[in-house]
Amino acid sequence: MADAEMGMKAYTILIFIILAGVSPLSGQEDAMSDSIERGASLYQDFCMECHRADGKGEEAVYPPLAMSDYLLGNRSGSIRGVKYGQRGPMTVNGVIYDNTMAPLGLTDEEIADVMNYIYNSWGNSGQERVTPEEVAAIGPR
Amino acid sequence: MQKSILASCFFVVLTVISCAQKSDNGITTPQETTFSAELIVDGMQIPWGMVFLPDGSMLITEKSGEIVHFKEGEKIQISNVPAVYNRGQGGLLDIELHPDFQENGWIYLSYSSEEGDDKGGNTAIARARLSGNSLTDLQVLYKATPNTTRGQHFGSRLEFDDSGYLYFTIGERGDRDVNPQDITRDGGKVYRINDDGSIPQDNPFVNENNAKSAIYTYGNRNPQGMVKNPETGDIWIHEHGPRGGDEINIVKKGANYGWPVITYGINYSGTPITDQTEMEGMEQPIHYWVPSIAPSGMTFVTSPLYPDWNGDLLVGSLSFQYLERLKLEGEKVTYREKLMENIGRVRNVRQGPDGYIYVAVEGKGIYKLVPNG
Repeated sequence: MADAEMGMKAYTILIFIILAGVSPLSGQEDAMSDSIERGASLYQDFCMECHRADGKGEEAVYPPLAMSDYLLGNRSGSIRGVKYGQRGPMTVNGVIYDNTMAPLGLTDEEIADVMNYIYNSWGNSGQERVTPEEVAAIGPR
Repeated sequence: MQKSILASCFFVVLTVISCAQKSDNGITTPQETTFSAELIVDGMQIPWGMVFLPDGSMLITEKSGEIVHFKEGEKIQISNVPAVYNRGQGGLLDIELHPDFQENGWIYLSYSSEEGDDKGGNTAIARARLSGNSLTDLQVLYKATPNTTRGQHFGSRLEFDDSGYLYFTIGERGDRDVNPQDITRDGGKVYRINDDGSIPQDNPFVNENNAKSAIYTYGNRNPQGMVKNPETGDIWIHEHGPRGGDEINIVKKGANYGWPVITYGINYSGTPITDQTEMEGMEQPIHYWVPSIAPSGMTFVTSPLYPDWNGDLLVGSLSFQYLERLKLEGEKVTYREKLMENIGRVRNVRQGPDGYIYVAVEGKGIYKLVPNG
Protein backbone atom coordinates (compact mmCIF):
# COMPACT_ATOMS: atom_id res chain seq x y z
CA MET A 1 0.00 0.00 0.00
CA ALA A 2 2.76 2.38 0.99
CA ASP A 3 4.65 1.28 -2.05
CA ALA A 4 1.69 1.97 -4.22
CA GLU A 5 1.32 5.43 -2.69
CA MET A 6 4.98 6.11 -3.24
CA GLY A 7 4.59 4.96 -6.83
CA MET A 8 1.61 7.23 -7.29
CA LYS A 9 3.53 10.18 -5.88
CA ALA A 10 6.50 9.53 -8.12
CA TYR A 11 4.14 9.23 -11.08
CA THR A 12 2.51 12.58 -10.22
CA ILE A 13 5.91 14.22 -9.93
CA LEU A 14 6.93 12.70 -13.23
CA ILE A 15 3.79 14.03 -14.90
CA PHE A 16 4.45 17.43 -13.36
CA ILE A 17 8.02 17.45 -14.67
CA ILE A 18 6.90 16.45 -18.15
CA LEU A 19 4.18 19.07 -18.24
CA ALA A 20 6.50 21.78 -16.90
CA GLY A 21 9.10 20.87 -19.46
CA VAL A 22 6.75 20.59 -22.41
CA SER A 23 4.18 23.30 -21.98
CA PRO A 24 6.29 26.29 -23.07
CA LEU A 25 7.20 24.33 -26.17
CA SER A 26 3.62 23.31 -26.90
CA GLY A 27 2.64 26.96 -26.41
CA GLN A 28 5.01 27.86 -29.22
CA GLU A 29 3.62 25.08 -31.33
CA ASP A 30 0.12 26.40 -30.71
CA ALA A 31 1.21 29.89 -31.74
CA MET A 32 2.69 28.41 -34.91
CA SER A 33 -0.32 26.28 -35.79
CA ASP A 34 -2.76 29.13 -35.09
CA SER A 35 -0.68 31.42 -37.28
CA ILE A 36 -0.58 28.84 -40.10
CA GLU A 37 -4.35 28.41 -39.86
CA ARG A 38 -4.97 32.16 -40.15
CA GLY A 39 -2.38 32.28 -42.93
CA ALA A 40 -4.23 29.58 -44.90
CA SER A 41 -7.35 31.70 -45.01
CA LEU A 42 -5.38 34.82 -46.00
CA TYR A 43 -3.61 32.79 -48.69
CA GLN A 44 -6.98 31.92 -50.26
CA ASP A 45 -8.04 35.57 -50.25
CA PHE A 46 -4.86 37.29 -51.37
CA CYS A 47 -2.47 34.86 -53.06
CA MET A 48 -4.21 31.83 -54.53
CA GLU A 49 -5.65 33.37 -57.69
CA CYS A 50 -2.10 33.84 -59.00
CA HIS A 51 0.14 31.48 -57.03
CA ARG A 52 -2.51 28.70 -57.13
CA ALA A 53 -3.84 26.35 -54.48
CA ASP A 54 -0.80 24.08 -54.84
CA GLY A 55 1.68 26.97 -54.61
CA LYS A 56 3.10 26.10 -58.01
CA GLY A 57 2.21 29.42 -59.65
CA GLU A 58 2.24 29.65 -63.44
CA GLU A 59 5.53 29.14 -65.20
CA ALA A 60 7.14 32.37 -66.40
CA VAL A 61 4.13 34.41 -65.14
CA TYR A 62 3.63 33.85 -61.39
CA PRO A 63 6.62 32.34 -59.55
CA PRO A 64 6.11 29.15 -57.53
CA LEU A 65 6.04 29.30 -53.74
CA ALA A 66 6.22 25.52 -53.38
CA MET A 67 9.85 24.43 -53.03
CA SER A 68 10.97 27.83 -54.28
CA ASP A 69 14.71 28.44 -53.96
CA TYR A 70 14.09 32.19 -53.72
CA LEU A 71 11.56 31.88 -50.90
CA LEU A 72 13.54 29.33 -48.90
CA GLY A 73 16.89 31.06 -49.44
CA ASN A 74 15.87 34.70 -49.06
CA ARG A 75 13.56 35.05 -46.09
CA SER A 76 13.80 38.81 -45.58
CA GLY A 77 13.50 39.48 -49.32
CA SER A 78 10.39 37.31 -49.48
CA ILE A 79 8.77 39.09 -46.52
CA ARG A 80 9.72 42.43 -48.09
CA GLY A 81 8.04 41.37 -51.35
CA VAL A 82 4.77 40.65 -49.57
CA LYS A 83 4.98 43.83 -47.49
CA TYR A 84 5.99 46.38 -50.13
CA GLY A 85 5.23 44.58 -53.39
CA GLN A 86 7.57 43.00 -55.89
CA ARG A 87 8.60 44.44 -59.20
CA GLY A 88 11.03 43.61 -61.97
CA PRO A 89 12.98 40.51 -62.92
CA MET A 90 13.68 37.75 -60.41
CA THR A 91 14.90 34.19 -60.91
CA VAL A 92 13.02 31.41 -59.17
CA ASN A 93 14.09 27.78 -59.59
CA GLY A 94 16.01 28.76 -62.71
CA VAL A 95 13.13 30.57 -64.43
CA ILE A 96 13.08 34.36 -64.90
CA TYR A 97 9.92 36.17 -63.78
CA ASP A 98 9.51 39.82 -64.78
CA ASN A 99 6.23 40.99 -63.37
CA THR A 100 4.55 43.23 -60.83
CA MET A 101 2.91 42.25 -57.56
CA ALA A 102 1.24 45.22 -55.90
CA PRO A 103 1.64 45.67 -52.14
CA LEU A 104 -1.20 43.64 -50.65
CA GLY A 105 -2.17 46.00 -47.82
CA LEU A 106 -1.78 43.30 -45.15
CA THR A 107 -0.88 44.10 -41.53
CA ASP A 108 2.45 42.87 -40.11
CA GLU A 109 0.60 40.15 -38.22
CA GLU A 110 -1.22 39.02 -41.36
CA ILE A 111 2.05 38.95 -43.30
CA ALA A 112 3.61 36.78 -40.56
CA ASP A 113 0.61 34.44 -40.73
CA VAL A 114 0.63 34.05 -44.49
CA MET A 115 4.40 33.55 -44.53
CA ASN A 116 4.08 30.84 -41.88
CA TYR A 117 1.44 29.12 -44.00
CA ILE A 118 3.63 29.32 -47.11
CA TYR A 119 6.75 28.16 -45.24
CA ASN A 120 4.89 25.09 -43.97
CA SER A 121 2.96 24.03 -47.09
CA TRP A 122 3.55 22.02 -50.27
CA GLY A 123 6.78 20.43 -49.00
CA ASN A 124 8.26 23.69 -47.68
CA SER A 125 9.71 23.25 -44.17
CA GLY A 126 12.60 24.08 -41.89
CA GLN A 127 11.85 27.78 -41.33
CA GLU A 128 11.37 29.20 -37.86
CA ARG A 129 8.12 30.99 -37.11
CA VAL A 130 7.84 34.42 -38.74
CA THR A 131 6.67 36.92 -36.10
CA PRO A 132 4.93 40.29 -36.57
CA GLU A 133 8.01 41.87 -34.96
CA GLU A 134 10.25 40.38 -37.63
CA VAL A 135 7.93 41.73 -40.35
CA ALA A 136 7.81 45.16 -38.67
CA ALA A 137 11.60 45.37 -38.73
CA ILE A 138 11.82 44.89 -42.49
CA GLY A 139 11.96 48.16 -44.41
CA PRO A 140 11.61 48.90 -48.14
CA ARG A 141 14.45 47.99 -50.45
CA MET B 1 9.70 0.95 -60.96
CA GLN B 2 6.10 -0.24 -60.80
CA LYS B 3 5.31 2.82 -58.73
CA SER B 4 6.66 5.14 -61.39
CA ILE B 5 4.67 3.35 -64.10
CA LEU B 6 1.58 3.79 -61.97
CA ALA B 7 2.48 7.42 -61.42
CA SER B 8 2.87 8.07 -65.13
CA CYS B 9 -0.47 6.36 -65.85
CA PHE B 10 -2.01 8.70 -63.31
CA PHE B 11 -0.31 11.63 -65.00
CA VAL B 12 -1.73 10.58 -68.38
CA VAL B 13 -5.22 10.41 -66.88
CA LEU B 14 -4.83 13.87 -65.37
CA THR B 15 -3.55 15.25 -68.67
CA VAL B 16 -6.50 13.79 -70.54
CA ILE B 17 -8.91 15.36 -68.06
CA SER B 18 -7.24 18.75 -68.29
CA CYS B 19 -7.08 18.51 -72.09
CA ALA B 20 -10.80 17.88 -72.14
CA GLN B 21 -11.17 21.15 -70.25
CA LYS B 22 -9.11 22.94 -72.88
CA SER B 23 -11.53 22.12 -75.70
CA ASP B 24 -12.44 25.78 -75.98
CA ASN B 25 -8.93 27.08 -76.22
CA GLY B 26 -8.64 27.46 -80.00
CA ILE B 27 -6.58 30.61 -80.14
CA THR B 28 -4.27 31.54 -83.00
CA THR B 29 -0.92 33.31 -82.85
CA PRO B 30 -0.52 35.36 -86.06
CA GLN B 31 2.67 34.80 -88.07
CA GLU B 32 3.33 38.49 -88.55
CA THR B 33 2.24 41.57 -86.67
CA THR B 34 0.50 44.37 -88.50
CA PHE B 35 1.35 47.06 -85.97
CA SER B 36 4.05 48.21 -83.58
CA ALA B 37 3.39 48.80 -79.89
CA GLU B 38 4.91 52.11 -78.74
CA LEU B 39 5.26 52.69 -75.01
CA ILE B 40 3.99 56.27 -74.68
CA VAL B 41 3.54 56.46 -70.87
CA ASP B 42 6.16 54.58 -68.86
CA GLY B 43 6.85 54.00 -65.18
CA MET B 44 3.33 52.86 -64.26
CA GLN B 45 2.61 50.20 -61.61
CA ILE B 46 -0.99 49.07 -62.03
CA PRO B 47 -2.68 51.44 -64.49
CA TRP B 48 -6.23 50.25 -63.80
CA GLY B 49 -8.36 52.79 -65.64
CA MET B 50 -7.77 55.40 -68.36
CA VAL B 51 -9.84 57.98 -70.14
CA PHE B 52 -9.20 60.60 -72.81
CA LEU B 53 -9.99 64.28 -72.27
CA PRO B 54 -11.21 66.45 -75.16
CA ASP B 55 -7.76 68.05 -75.51
CA GLY B 56 -6.25 64.63 -76.29
CA SER B 57 -4.59 64.24 -72.90
CA MET B 58 -5.28 61.22 -70.66
CA LEU B 59 -6.27 60.57 -67.08
CA ILE B 60 -4.83 57.30 -65.78
CA THR B 61 -5.64 55.72 -62.41
CA GLU B 62 -3.00 53.85 -60.44
CA LYS B 63 -4.47 51.19 -58.17
CA SER B 64 -2.35 52.55 -55.30
CA GLY B 65 -4.59 55.64 -55.25
CA GLU B 66 -3.12 58.17 -57.67
CA ILE B 67 -4.49 59.83 -60.77
CA VAL B 68 -1.93 60.75 -63.41
CA HIS B 69 -2.77 63.40 -66.00
CA PHE B 70 -0.65 62.58 -69.05
CA LYS B 71 -0.48 65.76 -71.10
CA GLU B 72 1.98 66.76 -73.83
CA GLY B 73 4.40 64.03 -72.82
CA GLU B 74 4.36 64.87 -69.12
CA LYS B 75 2.91 63.09 -66.11
CA ILE B 76 1.10 65.42 -63.73
CA GLN B 77 -0.15 64.16 -60.35
CA ILE B 78 -3.75 65.07 -59.59
CA SER B 79 -4.38 66.03 -55.96
CA ASN B 80 -7.42 65.66 -53.73
CA VAL B 81 -8.13 62.10 -54.90
CA PRO B 82 -10.46 60.24 -52.47
CA ALA B 83 -8.76 57.91 -49.97
CA VAL B 84 -8.81 54.31 -51.16
CA TYR B 85 -8.73 51.00 -49.29
CA ASN B 86 -5.60 49.66 -50.94
CA ARG B 87 -5.79 46.01 -50.01
CA GLY B 88 -5.61 42.93 -52.20
CA GLN B 89 -7.34 43.71 -55.48
CA GLY B 90 -8.84 46.90 -54.06
CA GLY B 91 -7.62 50.44 -54.61
CA LEU B 92 -8.34 53.21 -57.10
CA LEU B 93 -9.94 51.41 -60.02
CA ASP B 94 -11.82 52.71 -63.07
CA ILE B 95 -12.35 56.20 -64.46
CA GLU B 96 -14.90 57.42 -67.00
CA LEU B 97 -16.18 60.73 -68.38
CA HIS B 98 -19.80 61.86 -68.44
CA PRO B 99 -21.15 61.70 -72.02
CA ASP B 100 -21.67 65.48 -71.75
CA PHE B 101 -18.31 66.10 -70.12
CA GLN B 102 -17.69 69.15 -72.31
CA GLU B 103 -20.70 70.85 -70.71
CA ASN B 104 -20.70 69.55 -67.11
CA GLY B 105 -17.11 68.41 -66.42
CA TRP B 106 -18.09 65.31 -64.45
CA ILE B 107 -15.51 62.56 -64.07
CA TYR B 108 -16.62 59.22 -62.57
CA LEU B 109 -14.41 57.03 -60.40
CA SER B 110 -14.70 53.59 -58.87
CA TYR B 111 -12.56 52.58 -55.90
CA SER B 112 -12.56 50.50 -52.76
CA SER B 113 -13.50 52.56 -49.75
CA GLU B 114 -13.49 52.15 -45.97
CA GLU B 115 -16.51 54.45 -45.62
CA GLY B 116 -18.97 53.09 -43.03
CA ASP B 117 -18.70 51.68 -39.53
CA ASP B 118 -17.61 48.12 -40.13
CA LYS B 119 -14.04 47.05 -40.62
CA GLY B 120 -12.67 46.57 -44.12
CA GLY B 121 -13.83 48.07 -47.38
CA ASN B 122 -16.14 47.73 -50.33
CA THR B 123 -16.60 49.29 -53.75
CA ALA B 124 -17.62 52.95 -54.03
CA ILE B 125 -18.68 54.97 -57.08
CA ALA B 126 -18.11 58.74 -57.03
CA ARG B 127 -17.96 61.70 -59.35
CA ALA B 128 -15.83 64.83 -59.23
CA ARG B 129 -14.63 67.65 -61.44
CA LEU B 130 -11.10 68.54 -62.41
CA SER B 131 -10.01 72.03 -61.50
CA GLY B 132 -6.43 72.73 -62.50
CA ASN B 133 -4.53 69.74 -61.13
CA SER B 134 -6.99 68.97 -58.37
CA LEU B 135 -10.30 67.14 -58.00
CA THR B 136 -13.21 69.18 -56.66
CA ASP B 137 -16.95 68.73 -56.00
CA LEU B 138 -16.51 65.07 -55.01
CA GLN B 139 -19.83 63.25 -54.55
CA VAL B 140 -20.06 59.61 -53.52
CA LEU B 141 -22.92 58.13 -55.59
CA TYR B 142 -22.90 54.55 -54.35
CA LYS B 143 -21.11 52.65 -51.62
CA ALA B 144 -21.55 48.88 -51.38
CA THR B 145 -22.03 47.29 -47.96
CA PRO B 146 -21.02 45.58 -45.79
CA ASN B 147 -17.29 46.29 -45.58
CA THR B 148 -15.09 43.23 -45.49
CA THR B 149 -11.35 42.68 -45.07
CA ARG B 150 -11.39 40.15 -47.91
CA GLY B 151 -9.00 41.15 -50.65
CA GLN B 152 -10.78 40.05 -53.78
CA HIS B 153 -13.46 40.83 -56.33
CA PHE B 154 -14.27 44.52 -56.28
CA GLY B 155 -15.42 44.52 -59.94
CA SER B 156 -15.48 48.20 -60.81
CA ARG B 157 -15.68 48.93 -64.53
CA LEU B 158 -17.78 51.98 -65.44
CA GLU B 159 -19.70 52.60 -68.67
CA PHE B 160 -22.48 54.90 -69.90
CA ASP B 161 -25.10 53.72 -72.39
CA ASP B 162 -26.78 55.73 -75.15
CA SER B 163 -29.57 56.84 -72.80
CA GLY B 164 -27.09 58.32 -70.31
CA TYR B 165 -27.44 55.63 -67.63
CA LEU B 166 -24.25 54.74 -65.75
CA TYR B 167 -23.47 51.03 -65.37
CA PHE B 168 -20.91 49.70 -62.93
CA THR B 169 -19.89 46.31 -61.61
CA ILE B 170 -19.15 45.05 -58.10
CA GLY B 171 -17.62 41.59 -57.70
CA GLU B 172 -18.82 39.15 -55.07
CA ARG B 173 -16.05 40.12 -52.62
CA GLY B 174 -14.97 36.52 -52.07
CA ASP B 175 -18.36 35.55 -50.65
CA ARG B 176 -19.76 33.50 -53.50
CA ASP B 177 -22.30 31.51 -51.48
CA VAL B 178 -23.79 34.61 -49.88
CA ASN B 179 -23.73 37.56 -52.29
CA PRO B 180 -24.23 36.88 -56.01
CA GLN B 181 -27.66 35.19 -55.93
CA ASP B 182 -29.15 37.53 -53.27
CA ILE B 183 -30.59 40.78 -54.64
CA THR B 184 -30.89 42.21 -51.13
CA ARG B 185 -27.08 42.18 -50.86
CA ASP B 186 -24.32 43.99 -52.71
CA GLY B 187 -21.67 42.13 -54.68
CA GLY B 188 -21.73 39.86 -57.70
CA LYS B 189 -23.87 42.35 -59.61
CA VAL B 190 -24.03 44.81 -62.48
CA TYR B 191 -25.66 48.08 -61.37
CA ARG B 192 -27.42 50.88 -63.22
CA ILE B 193 -27.88 54.40 -61.87
CA ASN B 194 -28.61 57.87 -63.20
CA ASP B 195 -25.66 60.19 -63.67
CA ASP B 196 -26.40 61.90 -60.31
CA GLY B 197 -26.58 58.61 -58.39
CA SER B 198 -30.38 58.41 -58.23
CA ILE B 199 -32.06 55.13 -59.13
CA PRO B 200 -33.88 54.85 -62.48
CA GLN B 201 -37.55 54.13 -61.86
CA ASP B 202 -37.56 51.28 -64.36
CA ASN B 203 -34.66 49.38 -62.77
CA PRO B 204 -35.68 45.70 -62.52
CA PHE B 205 -35.84 45.31 -58.74
CA VAL B 206 -37.20 48.70 -57.60
CA ASN B 207 -40.42 47.08 -56.38
CA GLU B 208 -38.84 44.04 -54.71
CA ASN B 209 -38.83 44.04 -50.92
CA ASN B 210 -35.45 44.98 -49.45
CA ALA B 211 -33.71 44.61 -52.81
CA LYS B 212 -30.81 46.90 -53.62
CA SER B 213 -32.64 48.94 -56.23
CA ALA B 214 -29.50 49.91 -58.15
CA ILE B 215 -29.01 46.25 -59.17
CA TYR B 216 -29.49 45.62 -62.89
CA THR B 217 -28.20 42.02 -63.17
CA TYR B 218 -27.04 39.42 -60.64
CA GLY B 219 -25.23 36.08 -60.43
CA ASN B 220 -22.02 37.71 -61.67
CA ARG B 221 -18.62 36.85 -60.20
CA ASN B 222 -16.10 39.61 -60.84
CA PRO B 223 -16.54 41.68 -64.00
CA GLN B 224 -13.45 43.77 -64.82
CA GLY B 225 -14.40 44.56 -68.39
CA MET B 226 -17.39 46.54 -69.61
CA VAL B 227 -18.04 48.35 -72.87
CA LYS B 228 -20.96 49.59 -74.92
CA ASN B 229 -21.38 47.75 -78.21
CA PRO B 230 -21.23 50.67 -80.67
CA GLU B 231 -23.56 48.96 -83.15
CA THR B 232 -26.33 47.70 -80.87
CA GLY B 233 -25.92 50.05 -77.90
CA ASP B 234 -25.94 46.99 -75.57
CA ILE B 235 -23.60 46.84 -72.59
CA TRP B 236 -21.15 43.95 -72.79
CA ILE B 237 -19.15 42.66 -69.85
CA HIS B 238 -16.61 39.99 -69.26
CA GLU B 239 -15.97 38.44 -65.89
CA HIS B 240 -13.32 36.39 -64.16
CA GLY B 241 -14.30 32.80 -63.54
CA PRO B 242 -12.67 30.69 -60.84
CA ARG B 243 -10.24 28.16 -62.37
CA GLY B 244 -11.62 28.18 -65.91
CA GLY B 245 -14.96 29.68 -66.80
CA ASP B 246 -14.18 33.33 -67.51
CA GLU B 247 -17.17 34.63 -69.48
CA ILE B 248 -18.36 37.29 -71.91
CA ASN B 249 -21.97 38.28 -71.21
CA ILE B 250 -24.39 40.80 -72.65
CA VAL B 251 -26.10 42.77 -69.90
CA LYS B 252 -29.87 42.20 -69.90
CA LYS B 253 -32.24 43.86 -67.48
CA GLY B 254 -32.91 41.69 -64.41
CA ALA B 255 -30.97 38.70 -65.74
CA ASN B 256 -29.22 36.09 -63.58
CA TYR B 257 -25.83 34.99 -64.92
CA GLY B 258 -25.75 31.97 -62.63
CA TRP B 259 -22.66 32.30 -60.42
CA PRO B 260 -22.04 30.06 -58.48
CA VAL B 261 -25.00 27.82 -59.33
CA ILE B 262 -23.81 27.25 -62.90
CA THR B 263 -20.24 27.74 -64.13
CA TYR B 264 -17.75 26.35 -66.61
CA GLY B 265 -15.04 26.66 -63.97
CA ILE B 266 -13.82 24.63 -61.01
CA ASN B 267 -12.32 25.52 -57.63
CA TYR B 268 -8.68 26.65 -57.55
CA SER B 269 -7.93 23.43 -55.66
CA GLY B 270 -9.23 21.40 -58.61
CA THR B 271 -12.43 20.22 -56.91
CA PRO B 272 -15.78 20.86 -58.61
CA ILE B 273 -18.03 23.79 -57.64
CA THR B 274 -21.07 22.31 -59.36
CA ASP B 275 -21.64 19.93 -62.24
CA GLN B 276 -24.20 22.33 -63.71
CA THR B 277 -23.23 24.53 -66.63
CA GLU B 278 -26.75 25.61 -67.57
CA MET B 279 -30.07 26.02 -65.88
CA GLU B 280 -33.52 27.40 -66.66
CA GLY B 281 -33.73 31.08 -65.80
CA MET B 282 -29.98 31.62 -65.95
CA GLU B 283 -28.09 33.20 -68.83
CA GLN B 284 -25.47 31.42 -70.92
CA PRO B 285 -22.33 33.39 -71.73
CA ILE B 286 -21.76 34.23 -75.39
CA HIS B 287 -18.21 32.99 -74.87
CA TYR B 288 -16.26 31.32 -72.07
CA TRP B 289 -12.57 30.69 -71.57
CA VAL B 290 -11.11 27.44 -70.26
CA PRO B 291 -8.42 27.77 -69.07
CA SER B 292 -8.95 31.24 -67.63
CA ILE B 293 -7.17 34.11 -69.34
CA ALA B 294 -8.04 36.41 -66.38
CA PRO B 295 -9.68 39.11 -68.54
CA SER B 296 -9.39 42.80 -67.71
CA GLY B 297 -10.44 45.73 -69.89
CA MET B 298 -12.36 45.47 -73.14
CA THR B 299 -13.06 47.57 -76.22
CA PHE B 300 -14.70 47.28 -79.62
CA VAL B 301 -12.60 48.36 -82.60
CA THR B 302 -14.41 50.85 -84.84
CA SER B 303 -11.44 52.89 -85.99
CA PRO B 304 -10.54 53.00 -89.71
CA LEU B 305 -6.87 52.74 -88.65
CA TYR B 306 -7.32 48.97 -88.19
CA PRO B 307 -9.55 47.92 -91.13
CA ASP B 308 -8.92 44.19 -90.57
CA TRP B 309 -10.13 44.44 -86.99
CA ASN B 310 -13.33 46.36 -87.67
CA GLY B 311 -16.06 45.34 -85.22
CA ASP B 312 -13.72 43.03 -83.29
CA LEU B 313 -13.50 42.86 -79.53
CA LEU B 314 -10.16 43.36 -77.77
CA VAL B 315 -9.71 41.92 -74.27
CA GLY B 316 -6.68 42.14 -71.96
CA SER B 317 -5.32 38.97 -70.34
CA LEU B 318 -3.67 39.25 -66.94
CA SER B 319 -2.57 35.61 -66.61
CA PHE B 320 -1.39 34.95 -70.13
CA GLN B 321 0.00 38.43 -70.64
CA TYR B 322 -1.35 39.22 -74.08
CA LEU B 323 -4.12 41.17 -75.78
CA GLU B 324 -6.81 38.93 -77.22
CA ARG B 325 -8.66 39.82 -80.43
CA LEU B 326 -12.05 38.17 -80.87
CA LYS B 327 -13.85 38.22 -84.20
CA LEU B 328 -17.63 38.25 -83.93
CA GLU B 329 -20.60 37.40 -86.03
CA GLY B 330 -23.32 39.17 -84.13
CA GLU B 331 -23.11 37.61 -80.68
CA LYS B 332 -21.00 34.65 -81.71
CA VAL B 333 -17.21 34.49 -81.37
CA THR B 334 -15.83 33.04 -84.62
CA TYR B 335 -12.07 33.56 -84.32
CA ARG B 336 -9.55 34.45 -81.62
CA GLU B 337 -5.95 35.50 -81.77
CA LYS B 338 -3.10 36.63 -79.52
CA LEU B 339 -1.65 40.08 -79.95
CA MET B 340 1.33 41.54 -78.04
CA GLU B 341 2.37 38.10 -76.76
CA ASN B 342 4.32 38.14 -73.45
CA ILE B 343 3.91 41.91 -73.10
CA GLY B 344 3.01 41.66 -69.37
CA ARG B 345 -0.27 41.65 -67.43
CA VAL B 346 -2.69 43.54 -69.68
CA ARG B 347 -4.97 45.51 -67.37
CA ASN B 348 -6.93 47.66 -69.78
CA VAL B 349 -7.55 48.45 -73.44
CA ARG B 350 -9.40 51.38 -75.02
CA GLN B 351 -9.82 53.00 -78.40
CA GLY B 352 -8.92 56.67 -78.11
CA PRO B 353 -10.83 59.52 -79.79
CA ASP B 354 -7.86 59.76 -82.20
CA GLY B 355 -8.71 56.25 -83.43
CA TYR B 356 -5.64 54.55 -81.94
CA ILE B 357 -5.84 51.56 -79.59
CA TYR B 358 -4.21 52.12 -76.20
CA VAL B 359 -3.20 49.22 -73.99
CA ALA B 360 -2.33 49.48 -70.27
CA VAL B 361 0.21 46.93 -69.02
CA GLU B 362 1.12 46.40 -65.36
CA GLY B 363 4.68 47.28 -64.38
CA LYS B 364 5.16 49.07 -67.71
CA GLY B 365 2.65 51.69 -68.77
CA ILE B 366 0.46 52.64 -71.72
CA TYR B 367 1.19 51.36 -75.21
CA LYS B 368 -0.18 52.86 -78.42
CA LEU B 369 -0.74 50.41 -81.27
CA VAL B 370 0.56 52.02 -84.46
CA PRO B 371 -0.39 50.17 -87.69
CA ASN B 372 2.51 49.34 -90.03
CA GLY B 373 3.21 51.57 -93.06
